[in-house]
Amino acid sequence: MTVPAVLGHLFPLTGAVLVGLGLCGFITLRHPLRQLLAVNVIGAGIFLILGGLGRGEGVTDPYPQALVITGIVVSVALTALGTAMIARLSEDRRAAGSGPDQPKDQDP
Amino acid sequence: MTATFELILCVMILGTACVALFVRDFLTAIAFFVVFGNLLGLAWLAMGAVNVALAEIAIGAGVTGVLLVLTRSRLLALGEEIACGPARPWLRLGAAAACSAFTTLLAAAVLSIAPGDDLAPVVDGLMPRIGLDNPVTGVLMAFRAYDTLLESFVLLGALVAVWSLAPPAAWPQPPVALRMADPAALNVAGSFGRLLLPVALVMAAYLVWVGSDRPGGAFQGGTVLAGGFLLAAMGGAIGLPRSDDPRLRWALVAGPLVFLAIGLAGAATGRFLAYPDGTAKALIVTIEYVLAFSIGVTLALLVAGPPARAGTGP
Amino acid sequence: MSPLDLLVAAPLAFMVAALVAGQGGRWLILAAGPVMLALSAWLVVLPPGVAHLVGDWDLPLGILLRADGVARLLVPATSACFVAVALYAWHEFSPKAGAETARAHTFWPMLYLMWGGSNAGYLTTDLFNLYVTIEMVSLAAVAMAAMGSLAAGLQYFLIALVGSLAYLLGVALLASHYDTVDATLLAVRARPDLPTLMAITVMTAGLLVKTALFPLHGWLPPAHAAAPAPASALLSAVVIKLGFVILLRLWFEAFAEIIRPAAMDLLGGMGALAILYGSVQAIRQERLKLLVAYSTVAQLGYLFLAFPLIANAQNPAEPWAAVLVHAVSHMLAKAAMFLAAGLMLKAVAGDRISDLAGLARAMPLSVTAFALAAISLAGLPPSGGFTAKFLLLHAAIEQGRVVPAAVLVIGGLLGAVYLFRPLSVAFSGSAAPAVRAEAPLRVAAPLALASLAIALGFAGMTLIELSSVAAPPAVAGPVQAEPGR
Repeated sequence: MTVPAVLGHLFPLTGAVLVGLGLCGFITLRHPLRQLLAVNVIGAGIFLILGGLGRGEGVTDPYPQALVITGIVVSVALTALGTAMIARLSEDRRAAGSGPDQPKDQDP
Repeated sequence: MTATFELILCVMILGTACVALFVRDFLTAIAFFVVFGNLLGLAWLAMGAVNVALAEIAIGAGVTGVLLVLTRSRLLALGEEIACGPARPWLRLGAAAACSAFTTLLAAAVLSIAPGDDLAPVVDGLMPRIGLDNPVTGVLMAFRAYDTLLESFVLLGALVAVWSLAPPAAWPQPPVALRMADPAALNVAGSFGRLLLPVALVMAAYLVWVGSDRPGGAFQGGTVLAGGFLLAAMGGAIGLPRSDDPRLRWALVAGPLVFLAIGLAGAATGRFLAYPDGTAKALIVTIEYVLAFSIGVTLALLVAGPPARAGTGP
Repeated sequence: MSPLDLLVAAPLAFMVAALVAGQGGRWLILAAGPVMLALSAWLVVLPPGVAHLVGDWDLPLGILLRADGVARLLVPATSACFVAVALYAWHEFSPKAGAETARAHTFWPMLYLMWGGSNAGYLTTDLFNLYVTIEMVSLAAVAMAAMGSLAAGLQYFLIALVGSLAYLLGVALLASHYDTVDATLLAVRARPDLPTLMAITVMTAGLLVKTALFPLHGWLPPAHAAAPAPASALLSAVVIKLGFVILLRLWFEAFAEIIRPAAMDLLGGMGALAILYGSVQAIRQERLKLLVAYSTVAQLGYLFLAFPLIANAQNPAEPWAAVLVHAVSHMLAKAAMFLAAGLMLKAVAGDRISDLAGLARAMPLSVTAFALAAISLAGLPPSGGFTAKFLLLHAAIEQGRVVPAAVLVIGGLLGAVYLFRPLSVAFSGSAAPAVRAEAPLRVAAPLALASLAIALGFAGMTLIELSSVAAPPAVAGPVQAEPGR
């Protein structure tokens, strides 16, 4: 591949690496809050691929831009649910008297 | 020159992402995540996607960052550590190898797609029919309004889902108060909040208004509004509402409801989510104003979290 | 006005109404039930080939809605499930003192969000729009799972999140490559190059995680077993079907020309393993709801075992119908089974199969509902499950495929084993335990759903004809075999 090709693909390539980094983080990180951060990095990478590949001579294609905005809003909604669940689970474990490292019995 | 700037930007994006993911201390991680989000915003600006840049900085970096910081302080108050955790070496190695292979394949796939704004002419050709100048708003509010409608319900549903997590006996109390504990800080934040809330209102209204012709729109405006609400709540200028307050319920559903009603009115006269000739701009601006208001309230409450018993919190 | 729009708009309007109504949210089902059933019936009787663009904005920009066979079968079944579950949940999610009140306020809006999201998913051909509908459904599903166990809910949430992102990554690649995300356009434009294959792979992987196909099923049993009975019913019956429907759209419509037989065989093999593994695990469970949850893992296997059978068939219309009939009958029977199990476990105040002794005498109607659902799940005649498995077996034998045929037979036997066990306990013992009488609605809901699953066994031809409406070219063909003979 030529250097100009890589330069033209700079942002989408960065996005691809972000997806890989985020995935690696999601697999190796143990705390759910950190996994949630990793998920947000993956999301940002995907948006960068989508937007970066819609880049024309002057400006970026409005169609992928709109998809990215929708995606950003959906992902913040899910992040909010995730953080609320993590905080509530921690409260419950503390109330149950077990340390945060010992998962509570999951059975109903 | 531009290429050099973009290259440096990309390296910095990757660097901050790495730190945000793998640094031991979580507060540092969040700080780097917010910087990462703002650098992404710069990247979107470099691509000429101002609409996305606004959304990324306000929502992707801003709201997400606040969510992470608040959750961290809640967990710390409960005595929970958020360390990296000693992942087993073989797991780290395996994950690194697998993810490198995956990234290489993905990068190859990305390289074989030619970048181009092939749909931009299609969008431009349709814009006169709705009388707006900002093509991104056109796609969001007209050509793919269905996505945006459903997305507004996703946001509303997320808040309902967060509410469903209310601990026993907490319903329908307000969420954990965001008021600052330190009196001096409260004083500063109080004046700040009282000053900023009207500013945020004006800015949100402005963002929605220019959104039809220039970058901006309901989601960006709503986020600014949410920021104003949150600052005011931190300074004690406004209290957080009880979740069964009927006025709050109407404020939350107003945006999605008006959007849905206008969509159905279109169905009655022709097609679902079609705007009759000549009314498109007026209807879209109406939807965006109400939607921005509801999004602002929803986002602020999403950040505040589920109802909590009086006297609990960090 | 078209049911294609109203089937999505109406539940969302009911979601808004439930939020405004607050405590009274549960009453809305009295209006929503008839409205949604009527709209579903309207969808079924629409002339073939009905489709329209939202807002009349043309492809490739716009979003196409369509009443194909998949939608005509799954939308009514989904409506039946939601109505029955809502009537059952009427008492459970009503205003009471304490923590229950939060659920009385939030369960109903989430139910309507999930309903609208499922219908939106069945009706659209737009892959990005499908992403949004996946998230509508996931959001409500996670919150419902968390009502039982926060830990299991959080695990489900994180896995579902990564699954959705994998799907979104594929959509991003396709959108950039082909300048459209519409499945009908992709069917014409798609080429077998690296970005496309990459997109298909990550989308499939993401959806398989969300559909919990073995070996990606780990999150399902704890989440589905811990949730309250109405939530378990929706999770197992409805939620996982959306990922499956999207896979059908990808594999047999958008990329039918691209996907290799080896990939079909791989998916079929995973399906076969899911049937065997899920059944064996179900046999080993001591707790009733875990048994039912592992049964879902096994039953999902049949949906994917069918993929190579459809791809290699002389007349694909037949296994295509089979897989859809299986999805519908599993939907009805599994919802019925979780609801009946909920009643039975509440009556004995336990969660083990051994607690059920003598229950057949104490609550005959609920045990009957469980038994009828078991007949359909095990694939015994007459039932929707039998029709589906008969058609699949017919296709496997016709193609001379020994392994799928053997798995179908063995899976049926194992299914009979694990489903017979709780029933035999319920019918055992001489003394009937004293149980409190349940509200008639709660008893009627699972019985109605299970009866529907059985009744599908008598409507084989109708179902097959419906399944072929506006079917993609890859699965179209004359319908010949008549089941149940």
